[in-house]
Amino acid sequence: MPSRNYELLSKDGAGELLEVAMGPHHPSTHGVFRMDVVLDGERVVKLKPVFGYLHRNHEKIAEGTSYLGSMPYTDRLDYFCSLTNNWAYALAVEKLAGLQVPERAEYIRVITAELTRLQNHACLIGFLVQDMGASGTPLMYAFREREKILDLFESLTGARMMCNYMRFGGCRCDLPDGWLAQAQKVVAEFPRFIDEFENFLSGNEILMSRTQGVGVLSRELAVNAGITGPMLRAAGVDYDLRKVDKYGLYDRFQFRVPLGEHGDVFDRYMIRVLEMRESVKILEQGLATILPGPIVDPKSKLRGFRPKAGEAYGRIEAPKGELGFYLISDGGPNPYRYRVRPPSLINLTVLEDMCLGQLIADAVIILGSVDIVLGEVDR
Amino acid sequence: METLDQIKLRIEAAVPGAIVGILPNDSPSAQRSFLVNREHGRAVAEFLCADASLKLDYCSNATGIDWPEAELTEKIKVKQVVDGVEKEVEEVKKTLRPGCLEAVYHLYSMEKKHGPVILRMRTANRADQNHLPSLTPVWRSCEFQEREIYDLYGLVFDGHPDLRRILMWEGFQDFPMRRDYVGPDDYEYEPTPHDDVLEKAKPHQSVEVKK
Repeated sequence: MPSRNYELLSKDGAGELLEVAMGPHHPSTHGVFRMDVVLDGERVVKLKPVFGYLHRNHEKIAEGTSYLGSMPYTDRLDYFCSLTNNWAYALAVEKLAGLQVPERAEYIRVITAELTRLQNHACLIGFLVQDMGASGTPLMYAFREREKILDLFESLTGARMMCNYMRFGGCRCDLPDGWLAQAQKVVAEFPRFIDEFENFLSGNEILMSRTQGVGVLSRELAVNAGITGPMLRAAGVDYDLRKVDKYGLYDRFQFRVPLGEHGDVFDRYMIRVLEMRESVKILEQGLATILPGPIVDPKSKLRGFRPKAGEAYGRIEAPKGELGFYLISDGGPNPYRYRVRPPSLINLTVLEDMCLGQLIADAVIILGSVDIVLGEVDR
Repeated sequence: METLDQIKLRIEAAVPGAIVGILPNDSPSAQRSFLVNREHGRAVAEFLCADASLKLDYCSNATGIDWPEAELTEKIKVKQVVDGVEKEVEEVKKTLRPGCLEAVYHLYSMEKKHGPVILRMRTANRADQNHLPSLTPVWRSCEFQEREIYDLYGLVFDGHPDLRRILMWEGFQDFPMRRDYVGPDDYEYEPTPHDDVLEKAKPHQSVEVKK
Protein backbone atom coordinates (compact mmCIF):
# COMPACT_ATOMS: atom_id res chain seq x y z
CA MET A 1 0.00 0.00 0.00
CA PRO A 2 1.59 3.32 -0.98
CA SER A 3 2.02 5.80 1.84
CA ARG A 4 0.46 9.22 1.69
CA ASN A 5 3.97 10.50 1.29
CA TYR A 6 4.41 8.44 -1.83
CA GLU A 7 1.38 10.10 -3.46
CA LEU A 8 2.70 13.47 -2.45
CA LEU A 9 5.96 12.74 -4.17
CA SER A 10 4.39 11.80 -7.47
CA LYS A 11 2.93 15.30 -7.79
CA ASP A 12 6.27 17.05 -8.00
CA GLY A 13 7.67 14.56 -10.49
CA ALA A 14 7.92 16.87 -13.48
CA GLY A 15 8.54 14.10 -15.94
CA GLU A 16 12.29 13.99 -15.47
CA LEU A 17 12.27 12.75 -11.91
CA LEU A 18 12.09 9.09 -11.11
CA GLU A 19 10.58 7.62 -8.01
CA VAL A 20 12.08 4.43 -6.72
CA ALA A 21 10.82 2.46 -3.76
CA MET A 22 14.01 0.80 -2.53
CA GLY A 23 12.88 -1.99 -0.32
CA PRO A 24 11.34 -3.47 1.71
CA HIS A 25 12.98 -6.43 0.01
CA HIS A 26 16.16 -4.84 -1.22
CA PRO A 27 19.40 -6.63 -0.37
CA SER A 28 21.10 -3.43 0.76
CA THR A 29 18.50 -2.35 3.29
CA HIS A 30 19.66 -4.72 6.03
CA GLY A 31 16.18 -6.05 6.69
CA VAL A 32 12.67 -5.02 5.84
CA PHE A 33 13.21 -1.32 5.40
CA ARG A 34 12.11 0.93 2.56
CA MET A 35 13.54 4.14 1.20
CA ASP A 36 11.17 6.11 -0.99
CA VAL A 37 13.67 7.89 -3.19
CA VAL A 38 13.13 10.54 -5.84
CA LEU A 39 15.93 10.59 -8.35
CA ASP A 40 17.10 13.19 -10.79
CA GLY A 41 19.22 11.03 -13.05
CA GLU A 42 21.32 9.24 -10.49
CA ARG A 43 21.17 12.00 -7.88
CA VAL A 44 18.93 11.71 -4.85
CA VAL A 45 16.50 14.62 -4.67
CA LYS A 46 14.31 13.34 -1.91
CA LEU A 47 14.44 10.35 0.38
CA LYS A 48 11.91 9.24 2.94
CA PRO A 49 12.59 6.23 5.13
CA VAL A 50 9.59 3.97 5.69
CA PHE A 51 9.59 1.31 8.35
CA GLY A 52 7.30 -0.58 10.68
CA TYR A 53 7.28 -3.86 8.79
CA LEU A 54 8.61 -5.67 11.86
CA HIS A 55 6.53 -3.72 14.36
CA ARG A 56 5.08 -5.94 17.08
CA ASN A 57 4.58 -3.28 19.77
CA HIS A 58 7.24 -4.55 22.08
CA GLU A 59 6.40 -1.78 24.56
CA LYS A 60 2.77 -2.81 24.87
CA ILE A 61 3.73 -6.44 25.34
CA ALA A 62 6.20 -5.45 28.05
CA GLU A 63 3.52 -3.48 29.87
CA GLY A 64 1.45 -6.63 30.05
CA THR A 65 4.12 -8.82 31.59
CA SER A 66 6.32 -8.75 34.66
CA TYR A 67 9.59 -6.83 34.79
CA LEU A 68 11.66 -9.96 34.42
CA GLY A 69 9.37 -11.29 31.70
CA SER A 70 10.64 -8.62 29.30
CA MET A 71 14.29 -9.52 29.76
CA PRO A 72 14.35 -12.30 27.12
CA TYR A 73 12.38 -10.06 24.80
CA THR A 74 15.02 -7.33 24.92
CA ASP A 75 17.35 -9.80 23.18
CA ARG A 76 15.15 -9.52 20.12
CA LEU A 77 15.48 -5.75 19.81
CA ASP A 78 18.95 -5.60 18.37
CA TYR A 79 19.62 -9.24 17.80
CA PHE A 80 23.31 -8.65 17.15
CA CYS A 81 23.85 -7.17 20.60
CA SER A 82 21.56 -8.99 22.99
CA LEU A 83 23.90 -8.60 25.94
CA THR A 84 24.03 -4.81 25.76
CA ASN A 85 20.24 -4.74 25.44
CA ASN A 86 20.01 -6.84 28.59
CA TRP A 87 22.36 -4.48 30.35
CA ALA A 88 20.46 -1.33 29.42
CA TYR A 89 17.20 -2.80 30.66
CA ALA A 90 18.76 -4.15 33.84
CA LEU A 91 20.36 -0.76 34.47
CA ALA A 92 17.04 1.05 34.19
CA VAL A 93 15.32 -1.40 36.52
CA GLU A 94 18.20 -1.18 39.00
CA LYS A 95 17.80 2.60 39.04
CA LEU A 96 14.08 2.22 39.55
CA ALA A 97 14.38 -0.29 42.38
CA GLY A 98 17.65 0.92 43.89
CA LEU A 99 19.59 -2.32 43.47
CA GLN A 100 23.37 -2.51 43.81
CA VAL A 101 25.35 -4.66 41.40
CA PRO A 102 28.27 -6.64 42.89
CA GLU A 103 31.69 -5.93 41.50
CA ARG A 104 32.16 -9.27 39.79
CA ALA A 105 28.84 -8.91 38.00
CA GLU A 106 29.86 -5.46 36.80
CA TYR A 107 33.08 -6.93 35.46
CA ILE A 108 31.20 -9.65 33.62
CA ARG A 109 28.87 -7.04 32.19
CA VAL A 110 31.73 -4.89 30.93
CA ILE A 111 33.48 -7.91 29.41
CA THR A 112 30.40 -9.26 27.66
CA ALA A 113 29.41 -5.78 26.45
CA GLU A 114 32.82 -5.16 24.94
CA LEU A 115 32.82 -8.58 23.27
CA THR A 116 29.44 -7.64 21.86
CA ARG A 117 30.86 -4.38 20.58
CA LEU A 118 33.75 -6.20 18.89
CA GLN A 119 31.52 -8.56 16.96
CA ASN A 120 28.98 -5.86 16.11
CA HIS A 121 31.57 -3.49 14.68
CA ALA A 122 33.38 -6.27 12.81
CA CYS A 123 30.16 -7.42 11.17
CA LEU A 124 29.02 -3.87 10.45
CA ILE A 125 32.22 -3.21 8.54
CA GLY A 126 31.70 -6.48 6.70
CA PHE A 127 28.17 -5.48 5.70
CA LEU A 128 29.27 -1.98 4.77
CA VAL A 129 32.00 -3.26 2.48
CA GLN A 130 29.59 -5.75 1.00
CA ASP A 131 27.24 -2.87 0.19
CA MET A 132 30.10 -1.39 -1.81
CA GLY A 133 30.34 -4.54 -3.85
CA ALA A 134 33.05 -6.52 -2.08
CA SER A 135 30.79 -9.52 -2.14
CA GLY A 136 31.12 -11.71 0.84
CA THR A 137 34.82 -12.03 1.53
CA PRO A 138 35.31 -9.28 4.17
CA LEU A 139 31.97 -10.20 5.69
CA MET A 140 32.98 -13.82 5.99
CA TYR A 141 36.24 -12.80 7.63
CA ALA A 142 34.19 -10.84 10.17
CA PHE A 143 31.82 -13.73 10.68
CA ARG A 144 34.77 -16.02 11.31
CA GLU A 145 35.77 -13.82 14.25
CA ARG A 146 32.18 -13.45 15.35
CA GLU A 147 31.86 -17.21 15.63
CA LYS A 148 34.65 -17.27 18.20
CA ILE A 149 32.88 -14.63 20.29
CA LEU A 150 29.52 -16.35 19.91
CA ASP A 151 31.15 -19.56 21.16
CA LEU A 152 32.14 -17.65 24.28
CA PHE A 153 28.57 -16.41 24.69
CA GLU A 154 27.27 -19.91 24.22
CA SER A 155 29.45 -21.42 26.91
CA LEU A 156 28.55 -18.57 29.27
CA THR A 157 24.83 -18.09 28.67
CA GLY A 158 23.69 -21.20 26.83
CA ALA A 159 22.67 -19.25 23.74
CA ARG A 160 24.65 -17.76 20.92
CA MET A 161 22.46 -14.79 20.07
CA MET A 162 19.45 -14.69 22.38
CA CYS A 163 21.51 -14.64 25.55
CA ASN A 164 18.98 -13.52 28.21
CA TYR A 165 21.87 -13.33 30.63
CA MET A 166 21.56 -10.29 32.90
CA ARG A 167 19.30 -10.12 35.91
CA PHE A 168 18.26 -7.16 38.03
CA GLY A 169 21.15 -6.61 40.41
CA GLY A 170 23.59 -8.92 38.69
CA CYS A 171 23.90 -11.77 36.22
CA ARG A 172 22.17 -15.11 35.86
CA CYS A 173 25.09 -17.43 36.38
CA ASP A 174 28.79 -17.27 37.06
CA LEU A 175 31.52 -17.77 34.50
CA PRO A 176 32.14 -21.46 33.74
CA ASP A 177 35.54 -23.00 34.41
CA GLY A 178 38.14 -22.07 31.88
CA TRP A 179 36.01 -19.32 30.34
CA LEU A 180 38.41 -16.53 31.25
CA ALA A 181 41.36 -18.33 29.66
CA GLN A 182 39.33 -18.98 26.53
CA ALA A 183 38.22 -15.34 26.39
CA GLN A 184 41.78 -14.14 26.89
CA LYS A 185 42.85 -16.27 23.94
CA VAL A 186 40.13 -14.83 21.69
CA VAL A 187 40.93 -11.27 22.77
CA ALA A 188 44.66 -11.81 22.29
CA GLU A 189 44.09 -12.99 18.73
CA PHE A 190 41.62 -10.28 17.84
CA PRO A 191 44.11 -7.46 17.06
CA ARG A 192 45.62 -9.69 14.36
CA PHE A 193 42.22 -9.83 12.71
CA ILE A 194 41.85 -6.04 12.91
CA ASP A 195 45.29 -5.64 11.34
CA GLU A 196 44.36 -8.06 8.58
CA PHE A 197 41.08 -6.23 8.00
CA GLU A 198 42.82 -2.88 7.92
CA ASN A 199 45.48 -4.14 5.56
CA PHE A 200 42.82 -5.05 3.06
CA LEU A 201 40.46 -2.15 3.61
CA SER A 202 41.78 1.01 5.24
CA GLY A 203 44.24 1.86 2.50
CA ASN A 204 42.10 0.39 -0.24
CA GLU A 205 41.72 2.86 -3.05
CA ILE A 206 38.25 1.74 -4.03
CA LEU A 207 37.01 1.97 -0.47
CA MET A 208 38.53 5.43 -0.04
CA SER A 209 37.09 6.83 -3.24
CA ARG A 210 33.69 5.39 -2.50
CA THR A 211 33.49 6.65 1.07
CA GLN A 212 35.51 9.81 1.51
CA GLY A 213 33.41 12.94 1.34
CA VAL A 214 30.24 10.88 0.96
CA GLY A 215 27.28 11.27 3.32
CA VAL A 216 28.76 14.11 5.33
CA LEU A 217 26.99 14.84 8.58
CA SER A 218 27.79 18.14 10.24
CA ARG A 219 28.57 18.39 13.92
CA GLU A 220 25.70 20.77 14.68
CA LEU A 221 23.10 18.64 12.93
CA ALA A 222 24.39 15.49 14.59
CA VAL A 223 23.96 17.01 18.06
CA ASN A 224 20.59 18.55 17.33
CA ALA A 225 19.22 15.39 15.76
CA GLY A 226 20.23 13.29 18.75
CA ILE A 227 22.64 11.10 16.79
CA THR A 228 24.62 8.87 19.12
CA GLY A 229 27.29 6.24 19.01
CA PRO A 230 30.06 5.92 16.43
CA MET A 231 28.09 8.06 14.00
CA LEU A 232 28.17 11.02 16.39
CA ARG A 233 31.81 10.58 17.22
CA ALA A 234 32.67 10.34 13.53
CA ALA A 235 31.23 13.86 13.26
CA GLY A 236 33.74 14.97 15.88
CA VAL A 237 31.57 15.23 18.98
CA ASP A 238 33.22 13.83 22.08
CA TYR A 239 30.28 12.09 23.73
CA ASP A 240 30.66 8.52 24.88
CA LEU A 241 28.39 7.42 27.70
CA ARG A 242 31.09 5.13 29.00
CA LYS A 243 33.02 8.29 29.82
CA VAL A 244 30.11 10.66 30.51
CA ASP A 245 27.89 8.52 32.74
CA LYS A 246 30.65 6.18 33.98
CA TYR A 247 28.08 3.45 34.41
CA GLY A 248 29.29 -0.03 35.27
CA LEU A 249 32.96 0.10 36.04
CA TYR A 250 34.12 2.04 33.01
CA ASP A 251 35.90 4.65 35.13
CA ARG A 252 38.38 1.94 36.19
CA PHE A 253 39.58 1.16 32.70
CA GLN A 254 42.06 3.05 30.57
CA PHE A 255 40.71 3.68 27.11
CA ARG A 256 40.34 6.55 24.68
CA VAL A 257 37.39 7.79 22.69
CA PRO A 258 38.32 8.00 19.01
CA LEU A 259 36.88 11.00 17.18
CA GLY A 260 36.38 11.65 13.49
CA GLU A 261 36.90 14.90 11.71
CA HIS A 262 34.85 14.93 8.54
CA GLY A 263 31.72 13.03 9.51
CA ASP A 264 31.67 11.11 6.24
CA VAL A 265 31.26 7.38 5.63
CA PHE A 266 35.00 6.78 5.75
CA ASP A 267 35.22 8.34 9.21
CA ARG A 268 32.37 6.16 10.38
CA TYR A 269 34.21 3.13 9.08
CA MET A 270 37.47 4.23 10.70
CA ILE A 271 35.84 5.06 14.06
CA ARG A 272 34.58 1.52 14.29
CA VAL A 273 38.00 0.09 13.59
CA LEU A 274 39.51 2.31 16.28
CA GLU A 275 36.73 1.51 18.73
CA MET A 276 37.44 -2.18 18.29
CA ARG A 277 41.05 -1.51 19.27
CA GLU A 278 39.89 0.40 22.37
CA SER A 279 37.48 -2.41 23.26
CA VAL A 280 40.35 -4.87 23.08
CA LYS A 281 42.20 -2.69 25.60
CA ILE A 282 39.23 -2.68 27.97
CA LEU A 283 38.85 -6.43 27.61
CA GLU A 284 42.52 -7.07 28.35
CA GLN A 285 42.27 -5.01 31.53
CA GLY A 286 38.94 -6.50 32.55
CA LEU A 287 39.96 -10.11 32.01
CA ALA A 288 43.19 -9.57 33.93
CA THR A 289 41.68 -7.88 36.98
CA ILE A 290 38.36 -9.67 37.53
CA LEU A 291 38.11 -11.09 41.06
CA PRO A 292 35.87 -13.82 42.49
CA GLY A 293 32.82 -12.78 44.42
CA PRO A 294 29.04 -12.81 44.41
CA ILE A 295 27.32 -12.11 41.10
CA VAL A 296 23.90 -10.91 42.20
CA ASP A 297 22.52 -8.41 44.71
CA PRO A 298 21.02 -10.41 47.60
CA LYS A 299 18.20 -7.84 47.81
CA SER A 300 16.94 -8.59 44.30
CA LYS A 301 14.31 -11.24 43.94
CA LEU A 302 13.07 -13.07 40.91
CA ARG A 303 9.50 -13.58 42.07
CA GLY A 304 7.18 -10.95 43.43
CA PHE A 305 9.38 -8.13 42.18
CA ARG A 306 7.44 -4.90 42.69
CA PRO A 307 9.48 -1.68 42.62
CA LYS A 308 8.12 1.34 44.47
CA ALA A 309 6.03 3.77 42.44
CA GLY A 310 8.21 6.16 40.50
CA GLU A 311 10.13 6.36 37.26
CA ALA A 312 13.66 5.97 35.98
CA TYR A 313 15.57 6.45 32.75
CA GLY A 314 18.68 4.35 32.32
CA ARG A 315 20.98 4.44 29.32
CA ILE A 316 24.17 2.80 28.14
CA GLU A 317 26.54 3.13 25.22
CA ALA A 318 25.38 0.25 23.06
CA PRO A 319 27.44 -0.54 19.93
CA LYS A 320 24.91 1.35 17.80
CA GLY A 321 24.49 4.36 20.05
CA GLU A 322 22.68 5.37 23.17
CA LEU A 323 20.26 2.65 24.18
CA GLY A 324 17.90 3.85 26.89
CA PHE A 325 15.03 2.34 28.81
CA TYR A 326 12.41 4.52 30.45
CA LEU A 327 10.25 2.82 33.06
CA ILE A 328 7.34 4.02 35.15
CA SER A 329 6.21 1.88 38.05
CA ASP A 330 2.86 2.20 39.76
CA GLY A 331 3.87 -0.25 42.47
CA GLY A 332 2.49 -3.23 40.60
CA PRO A 333 4.27 -6.30 39.22
CA ASN A 334 4.20 -4.92 35.66
CA PRO A 335 5.70 -1.65 34.48
CA TYR A 336 3.05 1.03 33.92
CA ARG A 337 5.13 2.42 31.09
CA TYR A 338 8.02 0.74 29.35
CA ARG A 339 9.86 2.62 26.67
CA VAL A 340 12.88 1.72 24.58
CA ARG A 341 14.96 4.56 23.21
CA PRO A 342 16.24 2.88 20.06
CA PRO A 343 19.53 4.29 18.73
CA SER A 344 18.98 2.83 15.26
CA LEU A 345 15.67 4.61 14.77
CA ILE A 346 16.89 8.00 15.89
CA ASN A 347 20.10 7.72 13.88
CA LEU A 348 17.91 7.35 10.79
CA THR A 349 16.46 10.85 11.37
CA VAL A 350 19.25 12.40 9.33
CA LEU A 351 19.35 9.79 6.57
CA GLU A 352 17.69 12.16 4.12
CA ASP A 353 20.02 15.04 5.03
CA MET A 354 23.06 12.86 4.38
CA CYS A 355 21.79 11.46 1.09
CA LEU A 356 20.51 14.59 -0.64
CA GLY A 357 22.55 15.37 -3.74
CA GLN A 358 24.42 12.08 -3.54
CA LEU A 359 24.32 9.23 -6.02
CA ILE A 360 21.78 6.48 -5.46
CA ALA A 361 24.60 3.95 -5.14
CA ASP A 362 26.01 6.07 -2.34
CA ALA A 363 22.68 6.16 -0.52
CA VAL A 364 23.16 2.44 -0.08
CA ILE A 365 26.51 2.77 1.66
CA ILE A 366 25.33 5.78 3.68
CA LEU A 367 22.55 3.60 5.05
CA GLY A 368 25.10 0.86 5.63
CA SER A 369 27.28 3.22 7.65
CA VAL A 370 24.38 4.21 9.94
CA ASP A 371 24.32 0.65 11.31
CA ILE A 372 20.68 -0.21 11.79
CA VAL A 373 18.96 -3.35 12.94
CA LEU A 374 15.32 -3.43 12.03
CA GLY A 375 14.34 -5.43 15.07
CA GLU A 376 15.20 -2.35 17.06
CA VAL A 377 13.95 0.30 14.63
CA ASP A 378 10.49 -1.21 14.44
CA ARG A 379 10.27 -2.80 17.87
CA MET B 1 24.30 21.48 37.23
CA GLU B 2 21.90 23.71 39.15
CA THR B 3 19.11 22.12 41.15
CA LEU B 4 15.67 21.86 39.62
CA ASP B 5 14.34 24.56 41.94
CA GLN B 6 16.95 27.04 40.70
CA ILE B 7 16.23 26.14 37.08
CA LYS B 8 12.52 26.56 37.74
CA LEU B 9 13.03 30.10 39.03
CA ARG B 10 15.15 30.97 36.02
CA ILE B 11 12.56 29.53 33.60
CA GLU B 12 9.82 31.57 35.21
CA ALA B 13 11.95 34.70 34.94
CA ALA B 14 12.90 34.05 31.31
CA VAL B 15 9.50 32.91 30.01
CA PRO B 16 6.82 35.16 31.48
CA GLY B 17 3.55 33.37 32.04
CA ALA B 18 5.00 29.87 32.06
CA ILE B 19 3.56 27.66 34.78
CA VAL B 20 6.27 25.24 35.86
CA GLY B 21 5.65 22.53 38.40
CA ILE B 22 8.11 20.00 39.75
CA LEU B 23 6.79 16.45 39.86
CA PRO B 24 8.19 14.35 42.71
CA ASN B 25 9.72 10.92 42.17
CA ASP B 26 9.84 8.69 45.23
CA SER B 27 11.77 5.87 43.59
CA PRO B 28 15.51 5.48 44.30
CA SER B 29 16.32 7.02 40.92
CA ALA B 30 15.01 10.38 42.25
CA GLN B 31 14.71 11.77 38.73
CA ARG B 32 12.23 14.59 39.27
CA SER B 33 10.71 16.36 36.32
CA PHE B 34 9.24 19.66 35.19
CA LEU B 35 5.59 19.85 34.23
CA VAL B 36 5.14 22.81 31.91
CA ASN B 37 1.86 24.23 30.67
CA ARG B 38 1.43 23.50 27.00
CA GLU B 39 1.00 27.10 25.88
CA HIS B 40 4.56 27.91 26.96
CA GLY B 41 6.12 24.48 26.34
CA ARG B 42 7.88 25.55 23.17
CA ALA B 43 9.28 28.75 24.72
CA VAL B 44 10.54 26.83 27.76
CA ALA B 45 12.20 24.28 25.50
CA GLU B 46 13.91 27.03 23.51
CA PHE B 47 15.15 28.58 26.74
CA LEU B 48 16.54 25.29 28.03
CA CYS B 49 18.26 24.59 24.73
CA ALA B 50 19.85 28.03 24.35
CA ASP B 51 20.63 29.00 27.95
CA ALA B 52 24.38 29.47 28.36
CA SER B 53 24.81 27.59 31.62
CA LEU B 54 22.35 24.76 30.88
CA LYS B 55 22.90 24.22 27.13
CA LEU B 56 20.56 21.24 26.93
CA ASP B 57 21.35 20.73 23.26
CA TYR B 58 20.47 17.04 23.13
CA CYS B 59 16.99 15.60 23.55
CA SER B 60 17.72 11.97 24.16
CA ASN B 61 14.30 10.45 24.63
CA ALA B 62 10.82 11.66 23.82
CA THR B 63 7.88 9.51 24.61
CA GLY B 64 4.20 9.51 25.46
CA ILE B 65 2.25 8.25 28.42
CA ASP B 66 -1.46 7.62 28.62
CA TRP B 67 -3.25 8.49 31.84
CA PRO B 68 -6.86 7.41 31.55
CA GLU B 69 -9.47 8.79 33.92
CA ALA B 70 -9.06 7.02 37.21
CA GLU B 71 -10.36 7.07 40.70
CA LEU B 72 -7.46 7.49 43.07
CA THR B 73 -7.88 6.26 46.60
CA GLU B 74 -5.80 7.78 49.32
CA LYS B 75 -5.81 6.85 52.98
CA ILE B 76 -5.69 9.82 55.33
CA LYS B 77 -5.83 9.96 59.08
CA VAL B 78 -8.60 12.13 60.44
CA LYS B 79 -9.21 13.05 64.05
CA GLN B 80 -12.73 12.17 65.10
CA VAL B 81 -14.53 12.24 68.41
CA VAL B 82 -15.89 8.75 69.02
CA ASP B 83 -17.87 8.27 72.25
CA GLY B 84 -16.40 11.41 73.75
CA VAL B 85 -12.78 10.33 73.08
CA GLU B 86 -10.71 11.88 70.34
CA LYS B 87 -9.28 9.18 68.11
CA GLU B 88 -7.36 9.00 64.87
CA VAL B 89 -9.45 7.22 62.29
CA GLU B 90 -8.27 6.21 58.83
CA GLU B 91 -10.50 7.47 56.10
CA VAL B 92 -10.37 6.62 52.44
CA LYS B 93 -10.45 9.73 50.32
CA LYS B 94 -11.42 9.27 46.71
CA THR B 95 -10.41 11.74 44.04
CA LEU B 96 -11.19 11.59 40.36
CA ARG B 97 -8.10 12.05 38.21
CA PRO B 98 -9.02 13.53 34.85
CA GLY B 99 -7.58 11.68 31.87
CA CYS B 100 -4.81 13.13 29.78
CA LEU B 101 -1.99 12.27 27.41
CA GLU B 102 1.49 13.24 28.41
CA ALA B 103 4.69 13.80 26.47
CA VAL B 104 8.02 13.35 28.27
CA TYR B 105 11.37 14.65 27.03
CA HIS B 106 14.70 13.64 28.54
CA LEU B 107 17.18 16.42 27.93
CA TYR B 108 20.95 16.25 28.24
CA SER B 109 23.81 18.49 27.32
CA MET B 110 26.47 17.14 25.01
CA GLU B 111 28.56 20.27 25.45
CA LYS B 112 28.45 20.45 29.26
CA LYS B 113 27.91 16.69 29.70
CA HIS B 114 25.19 16.95 32.29
CA GLY B 115 21.59 15.92 32.60
CA PRO B 116 18.97 14.70 32.61
CA VAL B 117 16.42 17.46 32.85
CA ILE B 118 13.02 15.95 32.30
CA LEU B 119 10.32 18.03 30.68
CA ARG B 120 6.66 17.01 30.57
CA MET B 121 3.58 18.46 28.97
CA ARG B 122 0.00 17.30 29.30
CA THR B 123 -3.00 17.60 27.05
CA ALA B 124 -6.35 18.84 28.35
CA ASN B 125 -8.03 15.50 27.77
CA ARG B 126 -7.68 12.30 25.79
CA ALA B 127 -10.43 12.84 23.25
CA ASP B 128 -10.73 16.10 21.34
CA GLN B 129 -8.18 18.35 23.03
CA ASN B 130 -5.18 16.14 22.37
CA HIS B 131 -2.81 18.78 21.03
CA LEU B 132 0.63 19.78 22.26
CA PRO B 133 3.26 22.04 20.72
CA SER B 134 5.92 20.11 18.82
CA LEU B 135 9.49 20.44 20.04
CA THR B 136 10.94 19.16 16.75
CA PRO B 137 11.87 22.72 15.67
CA VAL B 138 14.04 22.91 18.80
CA TRP B 139 15.50 19.38 18.72
CA ARG B 140 15.46 17.44 15.46
CA SER B 141 15.78 14.20 17.42
CA CYS B 142 12.11 14.53 18.35
CA GLU B 143 11.07 14.21 14.71
CA PHE B 144 10.62 10.44 14.56
CA GLN B 145 9.86 10.10 18.25
CA GLU B 146 6.97 12.56 18.11
CA ARG B 147 5.69 10.79 15.03
CA GLU B 148 5.78 7.62 17.05
CA ILE B 149 3.85 9.21 19.93
CA TYR B 150 1.25 10.44 17.44
CA ASP B 151 1.08 7.02 15.87
CA LEU B 152 0.73 5.00 19.05
CA TYR B 153 -1.06 7.43 21.39
CA GLY B 154 -2.97 9.79 19.12
CA LEU B 155 -1.29 12.85 20.54
CA VAL B 156 -1.16 15.59 17.89
CA PHE B 157 1.92 17.83 17.79
CA ASP B 158 1.25 21.30 16.41
CA GLY B 159 4.14 22.59 14.33
CA HIS B 160 5.62 19.19 13.50
CA PRO B 161 6.97 19.29 9.93
CA ASP B 162 5.83 15.82 8.89
CA LEU B 163 3.32 14.28 11.27
CA ARG B 164 2.37 10.89 9.82
CA ARG B 165 2.04 7.39 11.13
CA ILE B 166 5.45 5.82 11.46
CA LEU B 167 5.16 2.23 12.69
CA MET B 168 1.54 1.35 12.02
CA TRP B 169 0.34 1.41 8.44
CA GLU B 170 -1.40 4.31 6.78
CA GLY B 171 -5.11 4.05 7.32
CA PHE B 172 -4.91 2.25 10.62
CA GLN B 173 -7.45 3.95 12.78
CA ASP B 174 -6.78 3.25 16.43
CA PHE B 175 -3.94 4.09 18.81
CA PRO B 176 -2.48 0.86 20.13
CA MET B 177 -0.47 2.13 23.08
CA ARG B 178 -3.49 3.63 24.84
CA ARG B 179 -4.43 1.78 27.97
CA ASP B 180 -7.99 1.15 26.81
CA TYR B 181 -7.03 -0.11 23.35
CA VAL B 182 -8.68 -3.39 22.47
CA GLY B 183 -6.60 -5.49 20.16
CA PRO B 184 -8.05 -6.64 16.87
CA ASP B 185 -9.67 -10.00 16.57
CA ASP B 186 -8.39 -12.94 14.64
CA TYR B 187 -8.61 -11.26 11.24
CA GLU B 188 -4.86 -10.78 11.10
CA TYR B 189 -4.34 -14.50 10.97
CA GLU B 190 -6.80 -15.01 8.14
CA PRO B 191 -4.98 -14.81 4.84
CA THR B 192 -8.22 -13.96 3.04
CA PRO B 193 -10.73 -12.62 5.56
CA HIS B 194 -14.36 -13.34 4.80
CA ASP B 195 -17.79 -13.24 6.40
CA ASP B 196 -17.76 -11.96 9.98
CA VAL B 197 -13.97 -11.85 10.12
CA LEU B 198 -14.02 -9.47 7.16
CA GLU B 199 -16.52 -7.27 8.98
CA LYS B 200 -14.17 -7.07 11.96
CA ALA B 201 -11.21 -6.38 9.75
CA LYS B 202 -12.84 -3.50 7.85
CA PRO B 203 -12.44 -0.74 10.46
CA HIS B 204 -8.72 -1.47 10.61
CA GLN B 205 -8.17 -1.37 6.89
CA SER B 206 -7.35 1.74 4.98
CA VAL B 207 -9.82 3.77 3.01
CA GLU B 208 -8.35 2.63 -0.29
CA VAL B 209 -8.83 -1.01 0.54
CA LYS B 210 -12.42 -0.52 1.67
CA LYS B 211 -13.69 0.82 -1.63
